[in-house]
Amino acid sequence: MLDPSHAGHAYPRSEIYEVGRAKIQEFADAIGDPNPAYRDVEAAKALGHPDVIAPPTFPTILFGRYSMHSLVEDERLGLDYDRMVHGDMSFRYERPVRAGDRLTVVTRIDRIMARAGNDFLDLSVEVDTADGERVVVAGAQLVVRGEP
Amino acid sequence: MIGPDVTAGTELPPTSIRITRADLVRYAGASLDFNPIHWNERVAADVGLPGVVAHGMLTMAVAGRVVTDWLGDPGALVEYGARFVRPVVVPNDEDGALVELTGKVRDVREDGTARVDITAKFDGRAVLGKAVAIVRVPAS
Repeated sequence: MLDPSHAGHAYPRSEIYEVGRAKIQEFADAIGDPNPAYRDVEAAKALGHPDVIAPPTFPTILFGRYSMHSLVEDERLGLDYDRMVHGDMSFRYERPVRAGDRLTVVTRIDRIMARAGNDFLDLSVEVDTADGERVVVAGAQLVVRGEP
Repeated sequence: MIGPDVTAGTELPPTSIRITRADLVRYAGASLDFNPIHWNERVAADVGLPGVVAHGMLTMAVAGRVVTDWLGDPGALVEYGARFVRPVVVPNDEDGALVELTGKVRDVREDGTARVDITAKFDGRAVLGKAVAIVRVPAS
């Protein structure tokens, strides 16, 4: 069982993640998406973006690298990574992530509940630039399956 | 491509996308998600899965293309979310798993956005639940 008193807890703001053009292209290749807005600066500019933009699910990299890391390292929370599955994911965009962004995240535990022997952990992840501009807010539900 | 004439009921061009084991390896590397259930048969079986399964976030990324291909500008996406209701099992062969995708405009709102409901099916069954995108509609 997860400790329900963790609801409302926010982890310290992450270090800065610099978004590079090559990483965006690598991610776009990995999801098999040929959209030129992810690869070609001129194509992105023609759409009104200052540089190439990242695919919509790109912030999942920050979620894994910072949010999941914070949760797994939190011994008081007691998250059993091997029993954990991803229940849902959502993104609310102020604007697309783009090359040159210097992003940091704050991960918050909104709710912890137990149902039918499983634990449900609702998270919100605020992704901002180092200058304090909000870029995207991600929501995720993690499900920790109970012992059989 | 999306235009100002979008109305409730507008159907987006359907598509289908194959996911192979090689795609899973590539996505693991790019996303930094190295959970072995996405590349190791033994570990997948140990946790009760029928085989190696695709990353839910890869399925979600692939499904989002129904909307972003239609938009042209992926930056016109305002919200995108989905539940992972069933795994996509990826066999160890050249063909991989076929994910079939459709999208339909549910409603167009006063604020210039529209809601698109997305379906993603593998083996004839939905793998994403409540897969919804909110998009900005071009002004007329």
